[in-house]
Amino acid sequence: MKEKKAKAPSLGRAMLYVILIAAAFLTLYPFLWMVAASFKPLKEIVGGNMSLISPNMSLDNYTYILGRSSMFTRWFFNSLFVSVIGTTLNVFINTMAGYSLSRLHFPGRDKIHHFLLVLMMVPGQVLLIPNYLILQNLGMLDSYTALIIPSAANIGNIFLMRQFFVNFPKEVEEAASIDGLGRYSRFFRISMPLARPTIATQAIFVFMGFWNSFTGPMLYIKSEAKYTLTLGLQSFQSQNAGTMWNQVMAAACISVLPIIIIYLIFNKFFMVGVRMDGEK
Amino acid sequence: MPATTKSAQRQRKYTKSNYQEFRQGYLFLTPAIIILGIFIAAAVLFVVYLSFHKVNLFTGEYTFVGLDNYTRLLGDGMARTALKNTLSFAVIVVPIQTILAMIIASVLDSKIKGRYLFRTIYFLPTLTSSSALTIIFMFMFSVTGPVNNILIRMGFLETGINFLNDPSFALKVIMVMNIWSTIPQYTTMYLASLQDLPGSMYEAASIDGADSIRKFIYITVPYLKPITTYVLLTGIIGTLQMFDQAYIFSNGSGGPANSTLTVSLLVYRYAFGTQNAMGYAAAIAILLAVIIMIVSFTSEKLNASESDY
Repeated sequence: MKEKKAKAPSLGRAMLYVILIAAAFLTLYPFLWMVAASFKPLKEIVGGNMSLISPNMSLDNYTYILGRSSMFTRWFFNSLFVSVIGTTLNVFINTMAGYSLSRLHFPGRDKIHHFLLVLMMVPGQVLLIPNYLILQNLGMLDSYTALIIPSAANIGNIFLMRQFFVNFPKEVEEAASIDGLGRYSRFFRISMPLARPTIATQAIFVFMGFWNSFTGPMLYIKSEAKYTLTLGLQSFQSQNAGTMWNQVMAAACISVLPIIIIYLIFNKFFMVGVRMDGEK
Repeated sequence: MPATTKSAQRQRKYTKSNYQEFRQGYLFLTPAIIILGIFIAAAVLFVVYLSFHKVNLFTGEYTFVGLDNYTRLLGDGMARTALKNTLSFAVIVVPIQTILAMIIASVLDSKIKGRYLFRTIYFLPTLTSSSALTIIFMFMFSVTGPVNNILIRMGFLETGINFLNDPSFALKVIMVMNIWSTIPQYTTMYLASLQDLPGSMYEAASIDGADSIRKFIYITVPYLKPITTYVLLTGIIGTLQMFDQAYIFSNGSGGPANSTLTVSLLVYRYAFGTQNAMGYAAAIAILLAVIIMIVSFTSEKLNASESDY
């Protein structure tokens, strides 16, 4: 690490802590409320009690939303299904494309590269209407396919993988080719496993994108049984606005939990990913 | 020179293994090209085509109307409201999120105990879906919610304000939420860049007697200028396209009294609402995209000309 002044004057130091703690408090406060409210009975939440802990806390809200009378469990598995399949497809499609653009030589490669750079500039909002009509014509509306296929490739991640293979020593593959492995087995058995850290970064962000996406499910999904968690949460809230905060908060807690667990386990990959974005 | 090498390459006969590599190259790219080709490239052409037509979603009829959809915009009061909301959203949110992110990043960058814990905490909002976030904030700002309770206890208010249904507050709540949830992402970008700032610059400044605030203003801020351009750009693009939070907040209506109606939400309402005006919605979406692309180009040009020095 670089050298910086080891000890600033203690007043300045105290100021820094004040800023950090205030910011941490402001960041955590809404989450703490969400967690606290998810264990409380509704009466207490709307009653204006400001303490986070209360003697009346129970698992009732969770029992209700996970129970048979609610669709919540179904929505959770819909989200899981779409996110897992979508992430798997992205990993293979983006890695193969990135490999092709960096390792293989063929006419038109640079043109395709530039074409992708141009496509990356297109703002997502402009695509909603045409994609709705395209999916309608393909007969895919109101299906999981509509949520997975349009997002099954990602240009940013193709370039991430391309960058990895550009810097990855060719000799490893050449040695394998002398051993008689063909291109395909070399790619799937050697190059891809060696790209694991970069693939993990990609996979985490893609998974999070699928898990948290709202606009797509909102436009393409009509039947309640096919809702994802984000969409279910919104419908839950709009049906119960102002009345069932306790259950809504329990649902929100469960929806946030998987990503937070992934974050705590794979912390280092998150920083790499953001760094890549930040540094372009 | 380059021209002759190029033509020499062209004349060269490809070997069998060259052709094999071509085939593999295209094959590896095919799935990506099909998906991006349909859902981005073809979609862009399609939306341009739509913007010159009147679309009837029920009969599937497309009638060519020329520039009508674009001229219709001029007299559309709703569009003006949406544009005003979106611009004021961007003008307020972008500078605040940028400045706060820069301050937090430079504080985190100092050798302070527990900075990894703080960093982990600050990142949490980035992980949370917009629907969960919006719902938490709607709860926080509801009439009987924590924000009102705090204000009443501190004696600022007699009774709770209905933040969610009051047109003069609704958009501000979304602004607060948006700033809160986007700061971590930009803080992390700044932090990555600060890792490379040579510590000797600070030392030299301390010898000259500069205090922390001066060091921040005269060293950190200028050093971070390139990344600031990028942060501002990302912020502008994000706020101009703001949709999820406004949609969930107002349940798709843009209410109360159109106070949370953003351009993207207006596009949604024209295209999929009762108006059934998909062609017109396409025209608005294209104009928004053009504005965003102009902003991106301009700031990239500005950045490029500055780094020439």
